[in-house]
Amino acid sequence: MSRIKACFDRLKKEGRGALLPYLEAFDPDRETSLALLRQMPEAGADLIEVGVPFSDPSADGPTIQLAARRGLKAGATLKGTLELIGEFRKGNDHTPIILMGYYNPIDRYGVERFCQDARSAGVDGLIVVDLPPEESEELAPYAKAAGLDIITLTAPTTPDDRLKTILKNASGFVYYVSITGITGTRSATEDQLKAAMARLKAATDLPVVTGFGISTPEQARIASRISDGAVVASAIIKEMAATYDEHGHATERSIPTALEKIHSLAKAVQG
Amino acid sequence: MPADTSITSQLNSLRTGPDERGHFGIHGGRFVAETLMPLMLELEQSYNHAKTDPQFQEELDYYLRHYVGRPSPLWHAKRLSETLGGAQIYLKREELNHTGSHKLNNVMGQILLARRMGKTRIVAETGAGQHGVATATVCALFGLDCEIYMGATDVERQKPNVFRMHLLGAKVHPVTAGAGTLKDAMNEAMRDWVANVENTYFLVGTVAGPHPYPTMVRDFQSVIGTEAREQIQEQTGRLPDAVIAAIGGGSNAMGIFHPFLDDVDVPLYGVEAAGLGLDSGKTAASIARGKPGVLHGNRTYLLQDEHGQITEAHSISAGLDYPGIGPEHSWLKDIGRVNYVSATDNQALEAFQTLTKLEGIIPALESAHAVAHAIVMAPTMTKDQTIIVNLSGRGDKDVPTVAAHLGVKL
Repeated sequence: MSRIKACFDRLKKEGRGALLPYLEAFDPDRETSLALLRQMPEAGADLIEVGVPFSDPSADGPTIQLAARRGLKAGATLKGTLELIGEFRKGNDHTPIILMGYYNPIDRYGVERFCQDARSAGVDGLIVVDLPPEESEELAPYAKAAGLDIITLTAPTTPDDRLKTILKNASGFVYYVSITGITGTRSATEDQLKAAMARLKAATDLPVVTGFGISTPEQARIASRISDGAVVASAIIKEMAATYDEHGHATERSIPTALEKIHSLAKAVQG
Repeated sequence: MPADTSITSQLNSLRTGPDERGHFGIHGGRFVAETLMPLMLELEQSYNHAKTDPQFQEELDYYLRHYVGRPSPLWHAKRLSETLGGAQIYLKREELNHTGSHKLNNVMGQILLARRMGKTRIVAETGAGQHGVATATVCALFGLDCEIYMGATDVERQKPNVFRMHLLGAKVHPVTAGAGTLKDAMNEAMRDWVANVENTYFLVGTVAGPHPYPTMVRDFQSVIGTEAREQIQEQTGRLPDAVIAAIGGGSNAMGIFHPFLDDVDVPLYGVEAAGLGLDSGKTAASIARGKPGVLHGNRTYLLQDEHGQITEAHSISAGLDYPGIGPEHSWLKDIGRVNYVSATDNQALEAFQTLTKLEGIIPALESAHAVAHAIVMAPTMTKDQTIIVNLSGRGDKDVPTVAAHLGVKL
């Protein structure tokens, strides 16, 4: 059984939703992001999203844009990100890792080789922001062959008939982008989320997680109950980035700050 | 636009692309986040509907004639031709359009479409500011809210256009991400659009982006080539021996090339901005120095590093300072129908001065790249041969930049 399925099955038995914190690879440097990644499960991460820095993150808000820029400055590449995950896997064999990024670095790497390398590094799922189902056939067969789930994104703008079509071949879980907008800006209301979940659950049996605009423990708690999980990205990065020195380098407060934030979110989700 | 729809002519035509999902060969497509995908499908449907509606075409023709000022003349540049001593050069005078460039052809078409779709707020990206000015202009004309995203570097080097946009009632947002040029403005405009999808229309200024933008912008700009093809035959009795246009994203080039694509004996030349030189690392020549990749909603030739990170483009001309190119150009390059060449910053500066002195026409620095290639080509041709150069914009906006490069303090 895949790590993703095992994880959601276990949480279902526990009767709660998942917390999916996000980490930008190499932000602000390789060692810090690796150390943080290693400690995230213990702080309460059920699954982890690892962002691959890209030069033109057009779906991301200012916080993740800056994180991507720091990561690139620290030498982040897709290959380097896979190596980072490979090292994490040496000490953790159960926490699912979802790689999140834009398509061009994957395209340049070579789609087939990328899927194989991602799988050997210990990646479980892929979220490719700018690869909609209409274009994903260039990636899907190779991902499937390698045993990687391609996580389907859905949005408030996705009509019901389209939901049915795009979720037909979905695997792993479904990611609901809860707002029309970029990461880390506005938030959806509880009522909006409930209405959206009703639509989504009518179209799929897979777990559905909610992302974009979740920043506080209370928002994470609500999202993880209405749906099957809450993704938190910008809020963690923002608090961690506030601990960097004037050159943008990590300080001794950086990792503890991120872990405390994750822990407070986890408590709310588990509570 | 009259189209020959018989099956044989379609099979033999280079003008029928893209396929139904927006692909030109391996290029094009629709690489956007799911939030935007339903919007792209809606836009495509609305455009397809408008395209076949005679009322839409009639309305567009009205505005093109009485507001934009079409048709634009085809000018036989006799002094320039004589000085170069070879082919006869004809200038397609797109700089005479209202707002001073070819940009208004497309903007007029899209604003009429946005109105049909009931959108009340317009966002657009701009490099040199020509597209921003054109967009702000039609928003003023129709009373629509207008938000323009422009790289901070470009805001600095194109001050006159920034002020024009303010006067026209647009809000100009300087974008400081990256190098602060067109690519960064495009990212930011896409972020605005995704956050305001309900009432907002994203008015793309070039033949790039997710399907149907490359096709739609090409269709609206094809009026340039359709007119030029008739005009050159009226004036010389035959088709030209070359057509030359400058390329950033490639809208003026696509507009003049498209009606000539099936005239396979007419060589077409797209001039990329080489910047400081093709191998200087400071270039905007995506075809000459790029590799196919995915950015801003389409697959196309892109300046990128070995890891797939997009690199910064450089050109003296803000309008050509973009690391990509429209996907139809990439396809035309792959099949060899268009010759893609380049001109450096210095060649463009020289051409800018030459044309100004010999013809009394100050070209935009973008268009000066096309003139620069004509200056190279014309002497290698005979006096009875002809070249059409697309003079896509006027150069008033570039006077401060040119003065600075010539060491003149204004």
